[in-house]
Amino acid sequence: MMDSPRTAVSNPPIQPMDSNLGERDLIRRSATASLPKPERQLTPVAKLIDVSKCIGCKACQSACIEWNDTHPAVGENVGVYTNPHDLSENMFTLMRFTEWVNPETDNLEWLIRKDGCMHCSDPGCLKACPAPGAIVQYSNGIVDFVHENCIGCGYCVKGCPFNIPRISKTDRRAYKCTLCSDRVAVGQGPACAKACPTQAIVFGTKEDMKKHADERIADLKSRGYANAGLYDPPGVGGTHVMYVLHHNDKPHIYADLPDQPKISAVVQSWKGVTKYAGLAVMGLAAAGSILHGILGKPNRVTDEDEEGAEKLTSNPSATDPGADGHRPEERV
Amino acid sequence: MTNAWTDIKNSDLVVVMGGNAAEAHPCGFKWVTEAKAHRGAKLIVVDPRYTRTASVADYYAPIRQGTDIAFLNGVIKYCIDNDKVQWEYTKNFTNAAYIVKDGFGYKDGLFTGYDETKRDYDRSSWDYVIGDDGFAVVDMTLQHPRCVWNLLKEHVSIYTPEMVERICGTPKDKFLKVAEMMAECSSPTKNMTSMYALGWTQHSSGSQNIRTMAMLQLILGNIGVRGGGMNALRGHSNIQGLTDIGLLSHLLPGYLNIPTEKEVDFPTYMSTRGFKPLRPGQTSYWQNYKKFFVSFQKAMWGAAATPENNFAYDYLPKLDVPAYDVLRIFEMMDEGKVNGYFCQGFNPVLAFPNRGKITRSLSKLKWLVTMDPLETETSHFWENHGDYNDVDTASIQTEVIQLPTTCFAEEEGSLTNSGRWIQWHWPAGSPPGEAQHDNWIMGQIFLRMRELYRKEGGAFPDPILNLSWDYANPQEPTAEELAKEINGRAITQLTDPTDPTKVQVEAGKLLVNFSQLRDDGSTSSGCWIYSGCWNEHGNNMARRDNHDPDDTGAYLNWTFAWPLNRRTLYNRASADMNGKPWDPARKIIEWDGSKWSGYDVPDIAPTAKPQDVGPFIMNQEGVSRLFARGLMRDGPFPAHYEPFETPIPNVLNPKIRGNPVARVFQNDVKQFGTADEFPYAATSYRLTEHFHYWTKHNPVNAALQPEFFVEISEELAKEKGIELGGWVRVWSKRGSIKAKAVVTKRIRPLMCDGKAVHVVGIPLHWGFMGAAKKGFGPNSLTPFVGDANIETPEYKAFLVNIEPTTAPVGV
Repeated sequence: MMDSPRTAVSNPPIQPMDSNLGERDLIRRSATASLPKPERQLTPVAKLIDVSKCIGCKACQSACIEWNDTHPAVGENVGVYTNPHDLSENMFTLMRFTEWVNPETDNLEWLIRKDGCMHCSDPGCLKACPAPGAIVQYSNGIVDFVHENCIGCGYCVKGCPFNIPRISKTDRRAYKCTLCSDRVAVGQGPACAKACPTQAIVFGTKEDMKKHADERIADLKSRGYANAGLYDPPGVGGTHVMYVLHHNDKPHIYADLPDQPKISAVVQSWKGVTKYAGLAVMGLAAAGSILHGILGKPNRVTDEDEEGAEKLTSNPSATDPGADGHRPEERV
Repeated sequence: MTNAWTDIKNSDLVVVMGGNAAEAHPCGFKWVTEAKAHRGAKLIVVDPRYTRTASVADYYAPIRQGTDIAFLNGVIKYCIDNDKVQWEYTKNFTNAAYIVKDGFGYKDGLFTGYDETKRDYDRSSWDYVIGDDGFAVVDMTLQHPRCVWNLLKEHVSIYTPEMVERICGTPKDKFLKVAEMMAECSSPTKNMTSMYALGWTQHSSGSQNIRTMAMLQLILGNIGVRGGGMNALRGHSNIQGLTDIGLLSHLLPGYLNIPTEKEVDFPTYMSTRGFKPLRPGQTSYWQNYKKFFVSFQKAMWGAAATPENNFAYDYLPKLDVPAYDVLRIFEMMDEGKVNGYFCQGFNPVLAFPNRGKITRSLSKLKWLVTMDPLETETSHFWENHGDYNDVDTASIQTEVIQLPTTCFAEEEGSLTNSGRWIQWHWPAGSPPGEAQHDNWIMGQIFLRMRELYRKEGGAFPDPILNLSWDYANPQEPTAEELAKEINGRAITQLTDPTDPTKVQVEAGKLLVNFSQLRDDGSTSSGCWIYSGCWNEHGNNMARRDNHDPDDTGAYLNWTFAWPLNRRTLYNRASADMNGKPWDPARKIIEWDGSKWSGYDVPDIAPTAKPQDVGPFIMNQEGVSRLFARGLMRDGPFPAHYEPFETPIPNVLNPKIRGNPVARVFQNDVKQFGTADEFPYAATSYRLTEHFHYWTKHNPVNAALQPEFFVEISEELAKEKGIELGGWVRVWSKRGSIKAKAVVTKRIRPLMCDGKAVHVVGIPLHWGFMGAAKKGFGPNSLTPFVGDANIETPEYKAFLVNIEPTTAPVGV
C-alpha cells in the first residue's frame, strides 16, 4: 500500500490492515533528547480547508464526535451559531462563525472557519511539553497526543500559537485533533474530510493539497477575491492543516486566526535550554512550572514574552530544578 | 425536480430563491459546489436572510418574504424589455402564440369571473380560442393582441424595478443585477437552474411562486436542458415518494384523481379525462389515463374489479370537498366532527399551524394512534411541560396509543429522492424493543378490520373484503412484494395489438414498464409512473452502477428514475426545431433523421419528428404554458398578493387581503393579526444542524445546535432593548413563545413602500421531547391558512411582536 492516503473520499478496504504509523515513524517526541532516526520518510500529508466552499453545516463536527466517540454536553444558545462554544476535550474541531462587513464593498460576508489543530511542522505544543512522549510528530507531519504519557500540565496549550489543545476536567489530560492518525494509519483520510458534503475539507499529500489550493485560489481570484491565498504559515514551519482564505491578507478576520503565528520565544528557548543542558526529565518538569507563570495565557507572542525570554535564557538559575516546589500539574 | 441533483453540476447560474439549499440540503448542495468549482458557475441567493447559502454565493439580494411573484414578474418584464428571450424556444415550445378568449381579463388585482362570496373564480373564460378544426388558434408571429405573449407583456408591465423595490424591499440596483444575471441565460448556451423548496411552497400563493419562476425559465429556454430546470428540493428523503404514491387525500397513486361525489359513475369520471390533443399531431400522453386507472383498480381489487362493475369504480371513496388536507381535518376535529386520528410518521403538534388549535383539536378526539420511531410531541400532547406545553392534563380524555415503528435504517424498501430516483435500500440494523415495521402494523390492522367486516358486515364491506391481499405472509407484506405490485403484471397473456401472433408478456409476468398497460383489465399496476422499477430484469431500484459516459451527470444505471428511467424531464426541449442540441456541449438527446437518441431516455416518442411533435407531451397542447388556462385556481398568470398577515398593504390593490381565492375557515379569520398590533414580519425555517423534530433526540445534533432561538437585526434589537443571547418573548394573534435572541447582521430591515420592515426569523427544530433543550416552534404562532391550489400552510410569512423577557418555566 501507499505510505499515506491520497484522499479522504475512498472507502475502507475489506481486508483487515495493520497500522502504518508507529514508533519507527516518529521524527519528534516531547522531552526526549535522543530519538532514534526514523527508518523511513513518509510522504507528508495535509488537510486543506477551503473556507470559501464551506457551508458551515458542522458535518465535520458530527463526524469528529462520532469517530472519536466524544460526548460534548448539550449547552445553551448564547446568541451565536458557534456550538459548542469552544474547543474542548469533547470537541476537537469547531466551526467559528464571524459576521464581517467588507469595508471595500460594504457587503456582509459570513466567514465560517473550521478551527482545530493545524499540525504545525514546527509544533509549539510538542516543544513546550515536558512529559516524555506525550506529544509526538510522525514523519508524515501529524502531531499526535499520547494520552497515557500526558501529565496534564497544560504547557501544550501555552505553547500552541493557535490556542488549540484543551485539558480535560475529568482526566486532566490534553486533547486535540489527531488528524485522525488512527484512520490515516490504515489508509483512510480524516473523518471530517470524509463527511464534508462540499469537499471544502480535502485530504491528501501536502504537495497535492497545495496544487489543489492553487486551482481554488485562481477560481476565487476570477470571482473578485484579489487577495485569495493559501494559509500555510512559515512562522511554524508550515502546517499540515491549511486554509484557502478569500482574504489571505488578513487572516485575523476569520475568528482571530493569527496573521503570522510563530512559536513563542519562551518555548523556543525553553527547548533550546533542554537541549543545551541535557537535564533530567523530572528537573525539566519542575523547571517548566516556572515558565508557567509567563505562559499564563494562550500563546500570542508579545513584546513582554520576548523580554521574558531574553531574561530567562540569560539567567541560568531560572532552569534550576526545584526552584519551585509544586509539581507542574498542580498548577494548571 | 425536472432534472436531477447530479445535473446541477452542469449549470452556469444557480438561483437559490424560495429555499436555502446549503442549510436544508447540505449533501445535495455539493452539486452547486461542483458547478462553481469546475464550470465557473455563479450562485445567486435571494432571501430575507443572509443564509449559509448566501455565505458561499456570488451575489445576494434581500427580499421581503411573500413577495417573490413581484420580484420574478419584474425579472420577466426585464427580459421582455431588454429582448432577453430565447425566441425560438418561446415561440415553439410555449403557448406564447396561442390566442386567448375575448372574455378573459385582469383588472384591479382580479381576473375575470371572481365571486367574492365563494372566494373562487368562474374560470370558463380562461382558455384558448378554439378553431373550427377543433384545435387551439395560434399566431406564430406573436402579433395578435390576444395572444398569450401580448397578454403576458401587459400583465407584467406594472412590475418595474421601482415597483419591485417598493413591494419587495430589494434595492433597485440589487434587483437589476440579479435580473441581468438571469437574463444572460436566455442564450441557448447558457443555462440557469432554479433550486427552491418550502420558501416558495409555504405561502398562500405558493403554487404561483413556483409557476412564476417556471415561466421565466421557459422564456429563457431553460427547461429540459442540462443544468437548467425547476428543481424542487424535497424536504424528506422520501417525500417525493409520498406524493408519487398518492398519499394525499385527493389523489390516487401516479397523480390520478380520487373521484368527487359528482362523478357518480365511471363514464362520468372518464368524460372529463379524454385529454384530446389541442394541436394537431400532439402526444397528449394523458390520453392513456384509462389504462393507468384500470390497472390501478386491478392492483387493488384483482379479480373483483371486472369490466361489468366498471373495474370496481364504486369501491373508491368519493370526495365531497376538494381535499381532506391537514388544515381541513384539524378544523373538523376542532368542531368535534372527528373521533379518531391515525398519525403515521407525523408530528402535528409541531408541524401544523396554530399549535393552540392543534392541541385543542387533539383534546377533542376519543382516540389517537401514533406510529413513530420517536417519542413525539404529538404522542405526549396531553402531558404538562410547564411553559413548553401548558395543558391541563386532567381535562384531556383522548386515549393515546403509541405504536413504535422502525426507522429508515432498519427497513428494506425504496426512497424516492428529489430527482425522482427510486433508490432501494437494505436494513443496516435490527429494530429496538417492540418496534415493528409499518408494513407489519398496517397488515395487522387490516386483517383485524377485514375480520370484523366479515363477521359483522356493515354498510358497504365489499372494498375491504375484496381488497387484493395475496402476500406470502399476509401478516406482513414484504417490500419486494409491494414493489412488484406497484410495477405491475400481465394478468392474462398480452399480445401485440397489431400482430396478435406476437406475445409481449406472458400471463403472470412483470411488465417491462407502463407502455404495456391496458385498459381492458388484462394488466395491473399499483402506481403507473413507477412501472419499470422491478420488472423481469430484476430490481432496477437496486442498481448501483455509477458509470456516466462523457460525464453528463445522467447516471442511467444508478437505481431507477421515474418515468421510464428518464433523468431530465422534457429533454426533447434540449434540442431545436430540427432536433439539434441548443448547446452541442450539453447534448442530452438528438434527432438523427429517423429517431431520437443520446445520453438520456428521450422524453418523446423515439420516432416523433422534431418539427411535428412538441416536447411537453403530457400537455394537450404539446407545448408548455405561460398562460395556465383554468388549471390554477388563482389565475392563469401569477399576480402579486400579500400574505394574509402583512406589514404593508398590497400596494397594487390595497383592498385585497391575501390571495383572493386562498381557503380560509371563518373560525380562523378572527385570529389574523394586523401590522398595528404585530408590526414585525416573521418567517420560519430549518437549520443545518437539525432535521425537523427528529434530530433533537440525538445528543450529537443537540450539542451542535442546543437551544431554540429567534434571529433579529441589530437595528430591531437596539430599538427593543434586546441583548445578544438574552431571552425574548415573541407573540402573534395565535400564541406566544420564548426564545434566546440571536442578534445578527445577516438580517437587515427592508424598506418597503417607504416603511422599514423588520424581519424576525424563527427556526423550527425544538419542542418538549428529546435531548436538546426544551423550546418552542414557529407553529405556535403561524396562521391557519393554506395555499390557493394545494392548501400548504402559510408558514413563511406572518406577523409577530417581540419584547425582552425572562426565561420560561419548564418541567
